[in-house]
Amino acid sequence: MKFSEKWLREWVNPDIDSETLAALLTQAGLEVDAMEPVAGDFTGVVVGQVVSVEPHPDADKLRCCKVDVAGDELLSIVCGAANVRQDLKIPVAVVGSVLPSNFKIKKAKLRGVESFGMLCGASEIGLVDNVKGLMELAGDAPVGMDLRQYLDLDDVAIDVDLTPNRSDCLGIAGIAREVGVLTGCDVTQWPQETITEQSTKTFNIKVEVPADCPRYVGRVIENINVKAITPLWMQEKLRRSGVRSLGAVVDVTNYVMLELGQPMHAFDLDKLNGGITVRSAKENEKLTLLDGQEVTVTDNTLLITDDSSVLALAGIMGGEASSVTDDTNNIFLEAAHFVPLAIAGRARAYGLYTDSSHRFERGVDPELPRVAIERATALLLDIVGGDAGPITEAVSASDLPETHIINLRAARIKRVLGITIEAEQVADWLTRLGLTVVANAEGWQVTIPSFRFDLAIEVDLIEELGRLYGYDKLPETRPQGTVLTTDISEHRLATHRLQSLLVDRGYQEAITYSFGDPTVQQHLAVEGEQAIALANPISADLSVMRTSLWPGLIQALVYNLNRQHDRVRLFEVGRSFKGTQDNVEQHRQIAGIVCGSRYAEQWAEKQRPVDFFDIKADVEALLDLGGTAGIRFVSEQHPALHPGQSARIYQGDTAIGWVGAVHPRLNKPLELNSKAYVFELTLASVLTATVPSFEPLSKFPAIRRDLALLVKTTVTAGEIEHCLNGVRSDILKSIQLFDVYSGAGIEPDKKSIAVAFQLQHSERTLTDEEVDAVIETVTETLNQQVGATIRA
Amino acid sequence: MAELNSQLQALNDIVDVAKQAIANSETNAELETVRVEYMGKKGEITAYLKQLGNVSVEQRPVIGKSVNLAKQEVAGLIGTRSKLLAEAAMNAALAAETIDVSLPGRGEQIGGLHPVTRTLQRIEHYFQSIGFQVAEGPEIEDSTHNFTALNIPEHHPARAMHDTFYFNAETLLRTHTSPVQVRVMEKEAPPLRIIAPGRVYRCDSDVTHTPMFHQVEGLMVDEHVSFTDLKGILADFLRAFFEKDLNVRFRPSYFPFTEPSAEADIECVMCDAKGCRVCSNTGWLEVLGCGMVHPKVFEHVDIDSEKYLGLAFGMGVERLAMLRYGVNDLRLFFENDLKFLRQFN
Repeated sequence: MKFSEKWLREWVNPDIDSETLAALLTQAGLEVDAMEPVAGDFTGVVVGQVVSVEPHPDADKLRCCKVDVAGDELLSIVCGAANVRQDLKIPVAVVGSVLPSNFKIKKAKLRGVESFGMLCGASEIGLVDNVKGLMELAGDAPVGMDLRQYLDLDDVAIDVDLTPNRSDCLGIAGIAREVGVLTGCDVTQWPQETITEQSTKTFNIKVEVPADCPRYVGRVIENINVKAITPLWMQEKLRRSGVRSLGAVVDVTNYVMLELGQPMHAFDLDKLNGGITVRSAKENEKLTLLDGQEVTVTDNTLLITDDSSVLALAGIMGGEASSVTDDTNNIFLEAAHFVPLAIAGRARAYGLYTDSSHRFERGVDPELPRVAIERATALLLDIVGGDAGPITEAVSASDLPETHIINLRAARIKRVLGITIEAEQVADWLTRLGLTVVANAEGWQVTIPSFRFDLAIEVDLIEELGRLYGYDKLPETRPQGTVLTTDISEHRLATHRLQSLLVDRGYQEAITYSFGDPTVQQHLAVEGEQAIALANPISADLSVMRTSLWPGLIQALVYNLNRQHDRVRLFEVGRSFKGTQDNVEQHRQIAGIVCGSRYAEQWAEKQRPVDFFDIKADVEALLDLGGTAGIRFVSEQHPALHPGQSARIYQGDTAIGWVGAVHPRLNKPLELNSKAYVFELTLASVLTATVPSFEPLSKFPAIRRDLALLVKTTVTAGEIEHCLNGVRSDILKSIQLFDVYSGAGIEPDKKSIAVAFQLQHSERTLTDEEVDAVIETVTETLNQQVGATIRA
Repeated sequence: MAELNSQLQALNDIVDVAKQAIANSETNAELETVRVEYMGKKGEITAYLKQLGNVSVEQRPVIGKSVNLAKQEVAGLIGTRSKLLAEAAMNAALAAETIDVSLPGRGEQIGGLHPVTRTLQRIEHYFQSIGFQVAEGPEIEDSTHNFTALNIPEHHPARAMHDTFYFNAETLLRTHTSPVQVRVMEKEAPPLRIIAPGRVYRCDSDVTHTPMFHQVEGLMVDEHVSFTDLKGILADFLRAFFEKDLNVRFRPSYFPFTEPSAEADIECVMCDAKGCRVCSNTGWLEVLGCGMVHPKVFEHVDIDSEKYLGLAFGMGVERLAMLRYGVNDLRLFFENDLKFLRQFN
């Protein structure tokens, strides 16, 4: 809601300056978004009249004018505007005046002709943007008068960003009421006109849907002069409220809307047929709107129709065919009450947003239509003349919003706000807000006026009191609550522990969008996995939900590789989205990507590219944090991973993630020019932790035995480990694989795997025989299960 | 007598030469040679003793005592010299092992958390310290939890203001973390104290909006909490977060799920409230929205609003991170440029 401060002060005029007024509104919840002067910063511009216009001797587009500014003599001014003509009254910047941006007007020569000033357009003095031609002033504008004085330009346009609940402030009258309460100043009650009817002409109104439109008020005005000029004061108020002047009739309806908050519409009576019917839309009805757009209406739309066609989208916008034009002689004025639910969302469905729909969606005072019609009629009769007929009103009293009566308890005010407000103060504030207050045993019984749609329950009133008390004056207190226990479970790790681990291992955390490009997604998805698509994505490349964190990480990697970073280590924690939109799995994942050298370039370490086992160590570290047991890395295929360098990670029989090299076939489509390794784990699987359990320390020496095993190259370390884990022995404490060798001295289809065994007894020193027995069991098991022999 | 004197003189001469030799030894090996030369079985002092046969019985004790003193003196000098030489040898070895300690250390360098995570962790840590538990909820939400249960019925203007990403009429990407409030209250009975950090989504993208961002929602439900408590909790938090005794201002606002509702402003931390581009010359920065839980919200989750009161708040994490670290472009948070990310390590 944008309005002129001077206009507001016609209604309520507190003795405070503009800044204080704005601060007061903001602190009361009517947030002032902007305050702008209503005109540019200029001085010395006066009202002038063109006395004569002669062609310029050397320029086709320039004219040499004589201009009267009520000075000693006429001014010679060269002007290039197309609309300059004799007798026209215009703003004249005389020599010595200063236009916005400190543009000083001096005597000048234009193509050889002297010019003593400049004739101005509205944009040149900062009234409106981008309007060409001279600003044409009214015929009665006093020649020689300072333009700022003539247009009363020392004013500020205040733009209030109203919250959806305060529709009562979508008019000057409402803002004035609010300022009245806030400052304690009296508010001018606008004289409520009652028009003496000059004709008996009426137009029929029928409301088929009284629940949606409980009140419809109309009036015929005949024989108007549609071409009458909107008075300057009204034009200026409209302009300062950000509304364009569109002819006197429309200007008046807009003016009344800005003043009282009631949207109105004027139809060309001669284009209407039969009578007005307010009804719901039927299938496939069409309407060409005022803005020239043709819409096909849907069945939940409320329409204004006549006997032959659709006239308007009720409460949203009128139609072109029945609109007031330069040829209009007779009009039908409409002021109705449409209930918010009948209008809400409809304008948006048609891609429309109008001052009218904005107000009706939020709620307009149902008692306003008649007041507004009378006010508009009075203004119209003044400006365009004509003969007003009687008011016709269709009203369904039972469908009008019911009057709310609220019980306000003093104790509840204290409980919610935390302070006590004096009883007299409560009654005074509520009364000033226009509420009817009657004291009762617990507090007050409060009757809500029709213009406050937002006040329906007790806490609504408590908020009003808090607002008027001033949020800034309320003390800051600390709650006295129940002491709640805190969860300090050791069975779960905090996510930030995992994040810290990766950070300490050189990873940089990334946060990538949860939605992405379906093509990229497709490249990385496992077979049969379909990404969930947004119905209204912001762009095609952000249109499907990620099924993995890899697309975002790969894109972040590529982004950095393209910006002179050749060593990149990134991780992310976030959800992936699998399944269907009706049955979605949205589990948190932790994923990483590495690329480039193992270590950042440094003097003391030889450079080598990062490889599978580097990233696997990071994954193992994550898994070790919680001490997760039963983890297996199994060679499996993933469409996004190198078939020979990828592992699926299992915890017991549950797959919990993947690690591997990005498949080289993806390099081209993903514009990835370096070898990258990725991992992804479901976060929940690495957040479970094992609580340590103490084992007495053995005082006896541990024995180490190393075995060099010869196995076929196809036998994996995992298989050997699995096999060794099967050996049961109380004294076998640990098994460590410490070397893998193939090459000289070993058959080509074999490899040597060296394993160290630690053996220890808790109560005595082991004998060689005991150790030998265990090693023998181990070698036999290995031989039977994986064909291992001991290397000589 | 002259005989005795000449004998003692001979011993003195030996000792003098030995002293010289000890002093001239540059290594422990050389010193050992000297020791053997003078103190060994075939050494000079031993030889001197052996040739004492012709000394008279009366003179023997005198000479014997002198020899012992001479031996002690030489041994002492050798010991001292030996220590000195050992020390010198150690010093030399150490000197040879001297390295340039100003060279950088070896191995992995640390990475860093994303500034949003860093900010989230500080917020979580603060509220956990005053008894709030972290709660989570789904990002693909239903419209009931995201809107209806929060007193935003269909066609409410606030729905339109949310720029929602939809999958279908019922399913959407949550537009705020407030649905987590509802989910917690559906499951747990008061008293409650939770914060819900997480990603939220709005269908809006320009210089000051990204389609995804982060919020932290807070909720406290108990029998005696009031609007002034809400002011206290949030003002304390904001001062702790910015580590500054800031002016905090509460303004009436509107959210369908709280009443009274407020927005909190802090004095501009970029210009110390003098007025700058960031605060649009107002000296104030809007940092969060808050209010007392609306009775309709309690009604939806079967909490008795006569018995319990709730305070709730929500804050934009990127906004706080930008103000805390002076980041001037929201979009940087999601470009994941290492030059940006590494500034927070």
